[in-house]
Amino acid sequence: MTEIGVRVGGQAGDGIASVGETIARSFSRLGLHVFGLNAYQSVIRGGHVYYHARTSTQRPYSQGDGLDILYALDRQTVDVHAPGLRNGGYVVFDPEKFAVSASELPAGVTPLPVPTLEIARKYTSQSILQNAGGVGAMAFLAGIPLDLLHQVLSDSFGRKKGDVVDWNLGASADAFKYAEAHASVHPSAVKKAGAPKLLMTGNQAIALGAAAAGCKFLAQYPMTPASSIMHWMADHSRALGIVVKQAEDELAAINMAIGASFGGVRAMTATSGGGFALMVEALGMAGMTETPVVVVESQRAGPSTGLPTKTEQGDLNMMLGAGQGEFPRAILAPSNPAEAFHHMIRAFDLAETWQTPVLVASDLHLSENHMTVDRDELPFTVDPASLFTVTPNAHEYKRYQYTPSGVSPRALPGQPGLQFIAGSDEHDEKGHLVSDVHSGIPVWVAERTRMMDKRMHKLDGILAQSLPPVWEGPADAPLTFVAWGSTVGAIRDAMVVLAAQGRATNLLFFPTVFPLNGKGIHDTIAKTHRTLLVEANFTGQLGRLLRAEAGVVFPERFFKYDGEPFYPHELVARALEVLNHGAN
Amino acid sequence: MAQTSAKPAITPTGPPLPLIGKSDTKPTWCPGCGDFGVVAAVEMALKKLQIPSHNVVIISGIGCSSNLPHFLNSYGFHAIHGRSLPVAEGIRWANHGLTVIGTGGDGDGFGIGVGHFIHTMRRNVDMTYVTMDNQIYGLTTGQASPTSTIGQKTKSTPNGVIEHPIDPISLALASGATYVARGFSGDVKQLADLVAGGIQHHGFSFVDVFSPCVTYNKLNTFDFFRQRVYKLESAGHDPGDIVAAFARSLEWGDKIPIGLFYRTERPTYEDLEEVLSAGPLALQKSGLKGQDALLDEFV
Repeated sequence: MTEIGVRVGGQAGDGIASVGETIARSFSRLGLHVFGLNAYQSVIRGGHVYYHARTSTQRPYSQGDGLDILYALDRQTVDVHAPGLRNGGYVVFDPEKFAVSASELPAGVTPLPVPTLEIARKYTSQSILQNAGGVGAMAFLAGIPLDLLHQVLSDSFGRKKGDVVDWNLGASADAFKYAEAHASVHPSAVKKAGAPKLLMTGNQAIALGAAAAGCKFLAQYPMTPASSIMHWMADHSRALGIVVKQAEDELAAINMAIGASFGGVRAMTATSGGGFALMVEALGMAGMTETPVVVVESQRAGPSTGLPTKTEQGDLNMMLGAGQGEFPRAILAPSNPAEAFHHMIRAFDLAETWQTPVLVASDLHLSENHMTVDRDELPFTVDPASLFTVTPNAHEYKRYQYTPSGVSPRALPGQPGLQFIAGSDEHDEKGHLVSDVHSGIPVWVAERTRMMDKRMHKLDGILAQSLPPVWEGPADAPLTFVAWGSTVGAIRDAMVVLAAQGRATNLLFFPTVFPLNGKGIHDTIAKTHRTLLVEANFTGQLGRLLRAEAGVVFPERFFKYDGEPFYPHELVARALEVLNHGAN
Repeated sequence: MAQTSAKPAITPTGPPLPLIGKSDTKPTWCPGCGDFGVVAAVEMALKKLQIPSHNVVIISGIGCSSNLPHFLNSYGFHAIHGRSLPVAEGIRWANHGLTVIGTGGDGDGFGIGVGHFIHTMRRNVDMTYVTMDNQIYGLTTGQASPTSTIGQKTKSTPNGVIEHPIDPISLALASGATYVARGFSGDVKQLADLVAGGIQHHGFSFVDVFSPCVTYNKLNTFDFFRQRVYKLESAGHDPGDIVAAFARSLEWGDKIPIGLFYRTERPTYEDLEEVLSAGPLALQKSGLKGQDALLDEFV
């Protein structure tokens, strides 16, 4: 396996993310698989930020551990990141801004001063153009051909033409040639590997999956790290015929989505934990009125406002318990963009089939970082069926009719002769209130029990249609990682490293976090030798759920709640610790 | 700008479809409750406009008055407390061929739901919102509401209310509502006309209704209002004049105005939402089958 890690760092407002994305996209255009980590803070200007692009002959599922080329826009970037450079690496910097000497860098790492500001001044007085120089030098070192870099840069300006595009092309070419004259390409430099791959964030994949599933309505309130779902949808609203509404708050957002769904379209909302906390009451209303709705919850580090730009898997308990009383729900947890696309389609199908809310649990690490996807991994084959499924003027129509599956015929407003009231109060088969009027009367007490049974019975059907837990890696390995969501990515990469060291491990993860087949999970866990539960939270929320549902416990754990994603080397170290130390 | 028409959502075939009527559920309000007058007025208005019952959706929140949708035979959505308006907006945008009416009380609309009230008005969503304002929380047995009078003693304010009440009419005018009216459930005929005018109005129409609670509000009774209300149309008020409308909205005391305060024309949210120009969303094609070219932007 050959891999290369390229990083650019500086202050917020320096244009770090676009420099990093240019490099990541150059790799994906060369047909390489890429993981792009965008690390930033909750400030618009100032504060340290960086973007790390990792590409590898083996598909990367995380940011990895290695750093080979560092472009530092400020001295702090050198101080923070240079110690992590591998042998053969480079630090690109502008000597006009600060100095970097070879003696302060790890062995085998070369400082490469590039006059990016001087180059920029040839074209404009705007110092931001120094980034084009930095990109050019990085591209040379990483093995990205100049003509391909120029194509990526031109495309990033869209249909814009004129000076700015020309300056960027000129400055990047000058710096590319400067680097060529003063350094050699990195030993792990990339080569064209095939047809271009698609580079997207988890949120873009979520939005794309929703659109492919036939979503016609999104209402959302801005909140990191979910906002870019709305951005993609808003950009494509007219072309795809999707109504996108920025609501006044998350209370409105989910209630609008439920209203739109009741009105006859596939509808969704998206938010992070703080916004989801506000949606909780309406989630129960969707369950009670049996109105389909899809809610994406992209978690960030809490509690409260927490770390708005850092990742965590701390909201599973809330998703499981959100809402007063009990109603059926499903919680799906994609681990990467390709899965996110398919999970959204599945979420809309489940919501519509079972007429109940479906949650899709993402997190900042999945939502905002880039990964490559192959074109054929995202097939546009869904042909959403019409929601008009009940014959108008049906005799004795009952919206909440008791059925073996728990699913009742769903009429839509505008259909003649099928009028009914969707009530957040408990109701009978026809939608009449049984809440206030009939308390204590035996026939209505029985009705309440029957209606609860009908709704909750849908969980059996949801479970039957949901993705079961997934096994990866060699059967009978001495250690099994247990995980959910984006954490799976770093585990996959760690398993590769462990395998290269002759240590076989496997992985059990949960594309469907709820509902679960407790008996099945119990039996499958019983066959493992040793397990290591990995979660980005303090208490091990999946572990707690599995203990409740399947009666299994996980004595060995690796929990992280510092806001940073898991790194493969941390998982390797923890796995070896468990493998090398006695029985659990 | 695309003008959205109010044509039926799903074109019916066959014999004329039934107009609105009472449902088989009898109202559960206390005898003498003001809300009886409101449900009667809504029914009269819809009959007068000849809108078939299957094209009407009535959305409410929680509270005594929010039980209203159960008593008519249209479609209805009895939502959670304070959230009738966002549910109604979602329904309108999913199918703008429907006649959408929000109903609820003063606690629902001006307390827990006041944020949505303001935003729905500034958007000029083409719907009608009828509030049964009894200046008290009835279903929770008599606490102060956002429109309760200063000094009024209630279960939650045994020493009298010390907060200034919200004036829904001034608030609506300030928030950009394009049809602002006040009715009295003691005058069902005028109220029905105000509601009908609101449904016909192209844009957000708001009808606040003095709808006395005979059980928990001994201050703002039918007699209280009968002695004080006067009709704006008999007083030479020009509903095209927003400054005059504001002035009238501030009148409270021996004389309290009812009728149409203000009406203006402004494009609705649905007019300006380009996606809806292709017809009701629920009837548009959905899904992206075969649209693989959409992936090119990610190369």
